[in-house]
Amino acid sequence: MAQHNHHTEPQSFIRKYVFSMDHKVIAKQYYITAIFMAIVAGLLAMLIRIQLAWPQLGQTWLAKLLPAGFDLQTGLMKPEFYPMLFTMHGTLMVFFVLSTAPVSGFGNFLIPLQIGARDMAFPFLNMLSYWTFFIGCIVILSSFFVEGGAAAAGWTAYPPLSALREAIPGSGLGQTLWIIGMVFFIASFTMGGLNFVTTVLNLRTRGMSMMRLPLTTWALFCVAILGLLSFPALTAGAIMLLFDRHLGTSFFLPQGLYIGGHVVEIQQGLTTQGGSPLLWQHLFWFLGHPEVYILMLPAMGITSDIITVFSRKPIFSYKSMVYAIWAISVLSFLVWGHHMFVSGMSPYLGMAFATFTLLIAVPSAIKVFNWLTTLWRARIRFTTPMLFALGIVSLFISGGLSGLWLGQPPIDIQMHDTYFVVGHFHLIMAGAALFGVFAGTYYWFPKMFGRMMNETLGKIHFWLTFITYYSTFFPMYYLGMGGMMRRIYDPTQYDFLKPLQPLNVWISISAFVLGAAQFIFLFNFFWSMFRGKKADRNPWRANTLEWTTESPAPHGNWDGPVPAVYRGPYEYSVPGAPDDHIPQHLEPEKVGVEVHA
Amino acid sequence: MTRWVHSGTGESGLDVPVDTNGNGNGGEGPYPENEGALPIHTKQIGLWAFLATATMLFAGFSSAYIARRAGADWQPIRMPPILWFNTVILIASSVTMEIARRQLKRWATEALQRWLLITAGLGLVFLIGQYIAWRQLQAQGIYLPTNPHSSFFYLLTAVHALHLFGGLVALIVVFLRARRGVYTPYHPGVGLAATYWHFVDIVWIYLFGLLFYLG
Repeated sequence: MAQHNHHTEPQSFIRKYVFSMDHKVIAKQYYITAIFMAIVAGLLAMLIRIQLAWPQLGQTWLAKLLPAGFDLQTGLMKPEFYPMLFTMHGTLMVFFVLSTAPVSGFGNFLIPLQIGARDMAFPFLNMLSYWTFFIGCIVILSSFFVEGGAAAAGWTAYPPLSALREAIPGSGLGQTLWIIGMVFFIASFTMGGLNFVTTVLNLRTRGMSMMRLPLTTWALFCVAILGLLSFPALTAGAIMLLFDRHLGTSFFLPQGLYIGGHVVEIQQGLTTQGGSPLLWQHLFWFLGHPEVYILMLPAMGITSDIITVFSRKPIFSYKSMVYAIWAISVLSFLVWGHHMFVSGMSPYLGMAFATFTLLIAVPSAIKVFNWLTTLWRARIRFTTPMLFALGIVSLFISGGLSGLWLGQPPIDIQMHDTYFVVGHFHLIMAGAALFGVFAGTYYWFPKMFGRMMNETLGKIHFWLTFITYYSTFFPMYYLGMGGMMRRIYDPTQYDFLKPLQPLNVWISISAFVLGAAQFIFLFNFFWSMFRGKKADRNPWRANTLEWTTESPAPHGNWDGPVPAVYRGPYEYSVPGAPDDHIPQHLEPEKVGVEVHA
Repeated sequence: MTRWVHSGTGESGLDVPVDTNGNGNGGEGPYPENEGALPIHTKQIGLWAFLATATMLFAGFSSAYIARRAGADWQPIRMPPILWFNTVILIASSVTMEIARRQLKRWATEALQRWLLITAGLGLVFLIGQYIAWRQLQAQGIYLPTNPHSSFFYLLTAVHALHLFGGLVALIVVFLRARRGVYTPYHPGVGLAATYWHFVDIVWIYLFGLLFYLG
């Protein structure tokens, strides 16, 4: 078999590193691209924070750097530039960073290794998926450089701002490029999803039943299903939006729009009375809500895997963890209306959406309590990946609880489109996903690159990130309760917001530290890739299959035959066993103790 | 090349992935030893997953259609009668596709090629028929933006035609491969093309009903 692998390994640079069909290379391509997009999106966030802290203070140095976005004389940010910043920050972060790194990055890397497959089911499709994504990145980034600038209708692209080309500067070519970039992204994510589902279903190794899958793979499997079933709604909406923008239809454009001092006339001779902007909101959020679980479920799976390894204990109630992932996935399709409580909806419908929203708290709480009970009375090893995993549990609680508030129509009507919402989703969705990426990176880095990341730098990175993450986003709850609007350009224009301005300054300073701390991570990442301590096969002494092969894993994943599996993934500290962990692939006669798994 | 079959490692039969069909699942990919945890061909699973996502696309359009239909300005366009002809043609093409698939089951590879060509021809006739329907509507002054129903009509027929065109390309590829003698009854290619072709057929019947016979 070893011979066989070396025969199939492509030798040329192009086939090996650029147009590679090896799932591990594709995973790294996705991951590195996502890091690049994260840097861009992070810098956009810094610009947002500069503006919100000191809206009246001219930034002439920035005006020189970004003449398109600032007034050159005064150094003040142009009002039409600000919505482009938050639109592109949100779009890039949600789709091109936090969907891409955990799902397309870790998903591609881990699924074959954890289930005992030599590659994805459709390697060519996998390669196509990455390069489709790459084109999507270029298209969406290019929108910054076109006339009128990037899209500015929010990451949700609500019509009429997104549907009417003359609505605001960003509604022109920038919005078209946004839609096209998203279509490429969706196509790429669909190809990836087909691969994930098929690979998990059919390429598992001998003995690897579904109920022996590591929870990361379970989460990624459900995420792939979520993506396949929810993204098409946005595809449908995007196609209709393009028709509205360029072919004269009015699926989403209502009649009697008043823009730029005049009423927008619908073309003569048509029998339509105008379309419905609400229709877009339904289509968007039918994707949009499962999408937040596409971000979060991988982080939850990664947390489960890491917490068990560094607690040296089995996960508390593996089955309920799997059922909770399923429950969250199914319920995530039934709650999209909670994003639209103020859009006008029957109170009965609102009540149904609120009920399903609160129901999601049940499986979510099951997961949290299972993590806590796994940690309970364990000999915890506070490595960097473990710290980030614990950070996820913390963020999941402090961000998740405010979700229960927002899920109630009476409270949401008050809080909607305030900084309370911004704080909520940054803590839970963005925070958990981001910490999941960090936890996963520190944990699987040895398998990806054959070297360990530096622990000291890792811990400094964790503590700086953890503290500033909270000090950036937690105060936003107060801003929101104080009434600060979500997409506001200059809070000092309102008397009632003036007392909150010191808090805005605090948040901005804290955000700058948070941003700067990420350079420690970047340095550690690239430095360790070449100079880190060499890693052996199983540096964390973990049970799952990816640790049975060399670090880094070779082409074809195992030089010898693929290992067979005899038990579940979480047999740690089994009473009477000679070692404190029993890997999945260890033959029963070699274990030295009877294991019921 | 090792391919594992029944081995007694799991507690139950379900725990042990078994290569039940024994021939189709290996063979093709670079690493056949893993394939076959389920007794379905890997490509068939991939196709079904794709059909699920395509179904959701049409479900998305349908829900928009049903929501827009409730508007006060909803004036359905008159159906171009040629759509009946197109529908019959497409159903016939599903029948010929099925005949083609069964020819392969009994190794009749010549007949397989013939029936594949007939199916592709019928698919092409359907596309031309749809185009004629568009031209007929335009001759009546009914264009894409004319009214909500016409917008949906053009949109849905165009999206469906794109899916059917993809199927047509697949059929031609399968035909060329059949001519090269690639297919045996155990090869999944013809079956995959057939599954997809039936899918676009069913989607059309659904859209036809939705556009002109719903309520």
